[in-house]
Amino acid sequence: MTPELLQQILFYLFGAIAIGSGMAVVSVRNTVYSALFLVLCFFNVAVLWLLIEAEFLAIILVLVYVGAVMVLFLFVIMMLDVKKVTKSQLKSGYTRAAILIAAAMLVELVMLFAYRLQNQLPADELIRQGLEYSNVAEIGMALFVDYVYPFEVAGVILLVAIVAAIMLTIRKRPENKQIDPSKQIHVNPSDRVRVVSMDAEKGNGEES
Amino acid sequence: MMETFIYLAWTMAKILAIVLSIILVVAYLTYFERKVIGFMHARLGPNRVGFLGFKLRGIGQPFADVLKLLTKEIIFPQKANKFLFVVAPMITLATAFAAWAVIPFSEGLVLADINAGLAYVLAMTSLGVYGVIIAGWASNSKYALLGALRSAAQIISYEIAMGFALVGVLVAAGTLNISGIVEGQQGGLFNWFFIPLFPLFIVYFISGVAETNRAPFDVAEGESEIVAGFHVEYSGAAFALFFLGEYANMILISALATLLFLGGWYSPFWGDSWLAQPSILWFIAKTSIFLYTYFWLRATLPRYRYDQIMRLGWKVFIPITIVWIMVVAVLKVYQIGPWF
Amino acid sequence: MSKIVKYLKSLTLKEIRQGMFLTQKYFFKRKFTVRYPEEKTPKSPRFRGLHALRRYPNGEERCIACKLCEAVCPAAAITIDSEEREDGTRRTTRYEIDLFKCIYCGFCEESCPVDSIVETDIHEYHMETKDKKVITKEQLLAIGDMYEEQIANAREQDKKYR
Repeated sequence: MTPELLQQILFYLFGAIAIGSGMAVVSVRNTVYSALFLVLCFFNVAVLWLLIEAEFLAIILVLVYVGAVMVLFLFVIMMLDVKKVTKSQLKSGYTRAAILIAAAMLVELVMLFAYRLQNQLPADELIRQGLEYSNVAEIGMALFVDYVYPFEVAGVILLVAIVAAIMLTIRKRPENKQIDPSKQIHVNPSDRVRVVSMDAEKGNGEES
Repeated sequence: MMETFIYLAWTMAKILAIVLSIILVVAYLTYFERKVIGFMHARLGPNRVGFLGFKLRGIGQPFADVLKLLTKEIIFPQKANKFLFVVAPMITLATAFAAWAVIPFSEGLVLADINAGLAYVLAMTSLGVYGVIIAGWASNSKYALLGALRSAAQIISYEIAMGFALVGVLVAAGTLNISGIVEGQQGGLFNWFFIPLFPLFIVYFISGVAETNRAPFDVAEGESEIVAGFHVEYSGAAFALFFLGEYANMILISALATLLFLGGWYSPFWGDSWLAQPSILWFIAKTSIFLYTYFWLRATLPRYRYDQIMRLGWKVFIPITIVWIMVVAVLKVYQIGPWF
Repeated sequence: MSKIVKYLKSLTLKEIRQGMFLTQKYFFKRKFTVRYPEEKTPKSPRFRGLHALRRYPNGEERCIACKLCEAVCPAAAITIDSEEREDGTRRTTRYEIDLFKCIYCGFCEESCPVDSIVETDIHEYHMETKDKKVITKEQLLAIGDMYEEQIANAREQDKKYR
């Protein structure tokens, strides 16, 4: 078994799992299962990236999408307690429209790759880099040297989006009894408790 | 063909060696934990189980515990999702072990010396949360679900602070390769990164404690509030897997702290004496200090309230790390000190 | 100004450090653990453990089957049957204590007019089947014979407070 053959086998294996889990995301009825299939899909795509020696991108995909974004998705799904989708819902008009759109996109992609980009597609072989080649450094150079202004602009846009999202959702609720921990930890007993020294009372204190 | 086979077999042997030693270390870590906490409570801790009738200060306790856990019945809750219920502890354990692939124990003593090693470790530890979430959801129990939600929110929050702390290390070392980071700290105590990156070092370790759901950040388990959190419904060997995963993660965080901030296998002394030689023993000693700190914290601090945890992660740690990354960047640009 | 000091204190984890030093100090302190089967804590002569029936020095059993203990027992753990013996005295034919019902309150001992039923300081006993929880008259007398010295000694020490 040559390494190339092994790589091809792995590619088709993980590619098939990625596609299969992608289909499962939209076809299973349990929402939590869908989210978990999406995780599986991301994972397999990450493996495909590893196969073309883009290990940094693969790891970042796992780190960001699987490790953070999907966790939040699952979080929300579990909080909402979504009921299982019934069969009649699956057959509604949305499904047909979705299938239509998906088919259209597939045709477009095939046309794009088969006709327009035919000459630009890599030949049979992968372009292999030397041992000294570092993915991380290359991506860093591209992002922070060649495309630094678009990168910064994208960052600012994301920041604006975050601020906007917070501004839209945050509101003071009068019935909220939340305590501010930073105020709590600065509490000093001497500010609140007054120690009073009293004279001893007469008698044995039993009456009264 | 033959060469490939030998290569694969050799790699498998290495993996087995790492996994077995981690399991053994975990077993004795539980013993160590109980002893340390016992001593801090002015108790003796386990001192009964020994070998062949000798008590030896309870040195056989871990094996008794393992035997007990493995022989107990695994109870499936009636309405639990059987498949995910079984898969969840496996995910926890697999991710906890997978991260060890890129950890160098000593010079050259590493399974896979990959370029993006640090990112890989971060990715693997962030996957560990799936075990918790799936366990919580599949158990079909309200306590388990509450524990899973708490744990998910907590792990994501602290991952950001942890990631920022690691960015400081990256800036200082200029590489993602863990062996490379350690080599950047060559030459005695004062060349280690914990001096210029001290705030990041503290933030990293505290976030690590929060990431592994250990006291004082153990709201995901929270015995007094939600029984045992995400693993209420687990018993026997399935519980043992969660236990193993949690402790393997603790060792991982300690080992990473050693590698990134305390110079890994390098000696704190400099010169040519035998004490100044780099060795795996230095690595083990430094890692043990962090593990001790884990138990020390557990014996000292009460559990944080949930909103306090969130406040600490988002409003305290993230600003501190961002400010200090700026400081590190300035230090790096002007080449200050022996570190850059 | 004091606000800045407070922030510095919390940033440098002052209180956590104090707490950590305290636990570290206890780490090295003497431990209080009693290694139980080898070491035992001293017991009071008033300790109320397993029951026993005593005899007079001449070997005659003390119990006269007055059934005061049976009457006073709050858990109804004692069962007594009695009969007249050939010499005309009344003696028990059955004297059983259900150890699972017994709450070890010591009322039986207090109510006994002849100091027959007593509670010894034995607390390390067990039974392997459920039916062994009821101890019979023979067993109680045997316990009394075996530990007579100890029982008498404990009563002697406690005498002036009774």
